[in-house]
Amino acid sequence: MSQFRQCPDTGLFFHKPAESLMKANAVAGAVCLLIGGILGLLVILTRWPAVHLLPADAFYMVLTAHGITCLIFWIIFFEMAILYFAGSTLLRSRLATPRWAWAGFVLMIVGVISTLTAIFQGGSSVMMTSYVPMPAAPHFYLGLILFAVGALIGCFVFLGTLVVAKNEKTYEGSIPLVTFGALTACIIAIFTIASGAEILIPTFLWSVGYISHIDAAMYRVIWWALGHSSQQINVSAHVAVWYLIAGVLFGARPMSEKVSRAAYLLYILFLQLASAHHLLTDPGISSDWKIFNTSYAMYLAVLASMIHGLTVPGAIEVAQRNKGLTNGMFEWLRKAPWGNPVFSGMFISLIGFGFLGGISGVVMGTEQISIIIHNTIYVPGHFHATVVVGTTLAWMALTYLLIPVLFRRKMILPGLAKWQPYLFGGGMSIVAIFHMAAGTLGVARRHWDMGFAGNPLGFEYPGTAYLLMGIAGVGGVIAVIGGAAYLLITVGSLLFGEKLDASAGILQSFGVPLADSVYSTEKPERLPMAPAEAVEGHGDSGFEAPGTFVLAMVLLVSFVVYYFINWKYLSEVWPLS
Amino acid sequence: MADETSTQDAPEEKVPVMQQIIDNPFLLLFLGIALPTVFYTLWGVMEVATIPVAP
Ligand code: HEM
Ligand SMILES: [Cu+2]
Repeated sequence: MSQFRQCPDTGLFFHKPAESLMKANAVAGAVCLLIGGILGLLVILTRWPAVHLLPADAFYMVLTAHGITCLIFWIIFFEMAILYFAGSTLLRSRLATPRWAWAGFVLMIVGVISTLTAIFQGGSSVMMTSYVPMPAAPHFYLGLILFAVGALIGCFVFLGTLVVAKNEKTYEGSIPLVTFGALTACIIAIFTIASGAEILIPTFLWSVGYISHIDAAMYRVIWWALGHSSQQINVSAHVAVWYLIAGVLFGARPMSEKVSRAAYLLYILFLQLASAHHLLTDPGISSDWKIFNTSYAMYLAVLASMIHGLTVPGAIEVAQRNKGLTNGMFEWLRKAPWGNPVFSGMFISLIGFGFLGGISGVVMGTEQISIIIHNTIYVPGHFHATVVVGTTLAWMALTYLLIPVLFRRKMILPGLAKWQPYLFGGGMSIVAIFHMAAGTLGVARRHWDMGFAGNPLGFEYPGTAYLLMGIAGVGGVIAVIGGAAYLLITVGSLLFGEKLDASAGILQSFGVPLADSVYSTEKPERLPMAPAEAVEGHGDSGFEAPGTFVLAMVLLVSFVVYYFINWKYLSEVWPLS
Repeated sequence: MADETSTQDAPEEKVPVMQQIIDNPFLLLFLGIALPTVFYTLWGVMEVATIPVAP
């Protein structure tokens, strides 16, 4: 008989085995973030020209480990927790086959250990992209494959839970929007992992000698179906987290469920095609393929992101205005709970993702102007805005929400927590902006020494480039402090936070269920149909939420200006006239 | 509590096609795999595979 507990503060239901899985995955993710963050500090201190910390070989090893640990391990562990939360808790359903979910978890852990061992043994400094014909040790690929299989099991457990919930009628009507967002993430994840299998299994076989040759161009095409799509899992999932937080903190209802769902549908259909933007400069693939996949398809996906970027703050605005914060354009925003890290984290994530990540992403995805910044430090600048300010900060905000609800502990150091999103989001935004600026001057990514000391083919960057990289270094240190604060607060709360439930001991923080008496075998009441929508007829949403409308216009204008600046740069690259 | 009527309990009102699509996770899964597989992966792989080998 399945057992549930209901959170006395929020009313959320937790299925006992699902709860343990959420905890275990979230904690495993945090451990990965700890490792990845320390490595990130080493990387940024090396790319800070005045510090130039690591020697060359260590730099490439550490950079490989940093990319993989943060981007793949931290984010996907946490995503598993989100899938179980969105599938089980939000649908008030038991989790399908918890045993399989645990098997997946174990595979993921083994995968992490295997890949990191390979990297730190030194023979696998192939960067996160592991392009052939650069060879890595077999257990480098094997670890990634095991991790992916584990994650795939998690995806199927989520889909299975949807089926269980439907059959057992745990909800009325359609699944909630946040669960729909998780479903979108899950679908993209399945495509991602399938693509990963297509390319990493042959590469593994190549590394042990069963296959003699893997074509480099072929590798890149299929690898990027993994590399890009995996980022779109994050986008779908962190947008779902934005909706969730807006709903929990403000009681905000999406301005139009229909529009938001349609935007997710655009993600499902088109987001993955944009993988082609990583191959814009590759020979051997036609412009037809590049243009179809990056223009027509990508812009539909970008449109979807703009819809989410509009409806999430719009929903908050409507909810705030309904509470009487109606003065002027922005009272609703000024009087938002900026001292609550759940809100500030979520909102900085949204703004950082939209303004820094979104604008630079479209520029990089445009075939002609992408070439100016291809393979420069601009690229890490861009994706630290999306995947760190955007996704990572959203995960952090969600963690603050979950410490009392899921872990039943009170958060420690609330004063520090107040500042944490600003430190992390602010520091990382500095990294993103100044790396992008340095990249525009041509500073290479994945490069140990921008001074080319002692190289026969040297190159002099302007002094500004050094300055920009130095400022990015300062931003990186601030971000690392913010990241450390997050880990201190979360781990500290799990260990020492005031217990909100008498049985919430230390083991319970890491996955052991609470005392039996907390759970009951009674089925949760069926989740009622979502109440009527906040705004009927989405055509006039600009008027229901004028502040958001203004924000969106600012975004649009910034984008257009920046876009044309880049075309101007392009025209100056070859001063032929 | 699963009962046999669960698949046919909403015929009172015609469910719009769009909503039927959106409410069907496995159809979405199919679309989300098929589209990128055809337009990105297969098409891209064909292009790389048909590059003539240097003599
Ligand atoms: C905590 C502070 C962090 C700092 C200071 C930092 C800094 C950096 C720097 C300087 C680079 C290398 C640039 C280069 O030479 O190419 C880099 C690469 C990278 N970072 Fe971070 N990072 C941080 C956090 C993160 C997080 C949280 C993620 C993922 C969620 C992440 C994902 C990546 C990836 C994927 C790469 C590329 C690796 C490659 O080129 O193979 N970073 N980071
Ligand atoms: Cu991409």
